[in-house]
Amino acid sequence: MDFSIIIDNLPLLFKGLGLTLQLLVISLAIGFVLAIPLAIMAASKSPWLRLPAKAYIYVFRGTPLLIQIFIIYFGFSQFEWLRESYLWVIFKSAYWCAIIAFSLNTAAYTAEIFRGAILQTPKGEIEAAEACGMSRWDQYRHVILPSAFRRSIPMYGNEVIFMLHATVLAGVITLVDLFGAAKIINSRHYAPFESFISAGLFYLAITFTIVFIFKLIESRFLKHLKR
Amino acid sequence: MKKRLTISSLLLSLFMLLSVLPASTAFAKDVVRIGVEGAYPPFSKTTKDGKLEGFDIDIANALCDKMGVDCKLVKQDWDGIIPALLAKKYDAIVASMSITKERKEKVDFTKPYYKSPARFMHKKGDKIEISKAGLKGKSVAVQRGTVSDKFITGEFGDDVDVKRYGTQEEAYLDMNAGRVDLVFADAFVLLEYIKSDKGKDYELIGDSYTDEKYFGEGIGIAIRKDDKDLAEKFNKAIKAIREDGTYDKIRKKYFDFDIFGE
Repeated sequence: MDFSIIIDNLPLLFKGLGLTLQLLVISLAIGFVLAIPLAIMAASKSPWLRLPAKAYIYVFRGTPLLIQIFIIYFGFSQFEWLRESYLWVIFKSAYWCAIIAFSLNTAAYTAEIFRGAILQTPKGEIEAAEACGMSRWDQYRHVILPSAFRRSIPMYGNEVIFMLHATVLAGVITLVDLFGAAKIINSRHYAPFESFISAGLFYLAITFTIVFIFKLIESRFLKHLKR
Repeated sequence: MKKRLTISSLLLSLFMLLSVLPASTAFAKDVVRIGVEGAYPPFSKTTKDGKLEGFDIDIANALCDKMGVDCKLVKQDWDGIIPALLAKKYDAIVASMSITKERKEKVDFTKPYYKSPARFMHKKGDKIEISKAGLKGKSVAVQRGTVSDKFITGEFGDDVDVKRYGTQEEAYLDMNAGRVDLVFADAFVLLEYIKSDKGKDYELIGDSYTDEKYFGEGIGIAIRKDDKDLAEKFNKAIKAIREDGTYDKIRKKYFDFDIFGE
């Protein structure tokens, strides 16, 4: 174990940490916004709404994220028409390709979590809302979604951690995230142990922070379920 | 029934044990496992049906032939090629590895089996001047952890946007897509690409770089430091294939010019 390698490369690792956190936060935010309509559609009784949402979720949960990234980054860039269109500004950069892949992926998983929570809404709550004369829209806004979100918190916390670990895939498309930084250090010093252990410790620290944040959220929003 | 099961599983484990044991002792020919990359044409590439071929592969097989051992080629990505040697996943690396000071701290090398300069490649018609000023703000693709990576990072790292790829082939993909302005790599490897259908719009530009500080003293075979005997055998075998013409026969298959560089 050669600590000088880790210490010399700390600036690179911290730069990587910054990118990892950025990718994580932006993709989670976009994914969350996409997941809400998707979940409502997937939980709907109408097949016209349900089937497209289900198909989306099925495709993105059914294929590895690495393949999704490769298709978006290396695959799409093969098409001449895309390279000549305005979209190329976005698809040219590895950063946005990673954000697109991560967002679409986490949207599918998050939608599935929300869908389950929506379906679990107690019948009585909906009947009460109907008795009050609430429209379908108002029911979703004031009754169904708030209670579904609350029920989803523990599972969503898991998804956030999975997503953090999935961001390592940014390292395969030239981005220097935490894992990308570790790979550069390894290739410079031939020290896989030092470089990957230090990156691993960073990931551990982020995971603990996420767990802690979700503990706080749970104790605030799930107070009524405490025994 | 239960008893029979125990006996048969005992027999099975005994059989498995026996099949593992003699691998190193009972056979007359020793096996030397060689780490290769398989994604670095023309030196090594993986064909469509999964077979390995290329200059490195042929040289490795010829050397094993001369040493009177059986070759077992093990494919390994460049990123982990030295760690896997140290972890004894194989006994030698024949993967166009430059003999550099940093690598010598971890492994031993044989004498060089070829020498090659590094060069820039760009799209025909692009006006790029190869100098610190001319390259400012340009993006350059290199394979991560190669001497080319080290050279660009060391000499141009502050001025250019260095994009590092796991394999040379991924660097070509992004060059084709127009994501990078230049690729910097081994000149022979780039020439092979330019010869191919996808590379016909590209050309080499600028000088040949051979600065020993970055590129070392040539391309050698890497061997663990405690394996001095094997290094000696490889050195003798390299000399032998040079003398009996095998080397030139292999070289002519891939290049119409000398690459050994006395």
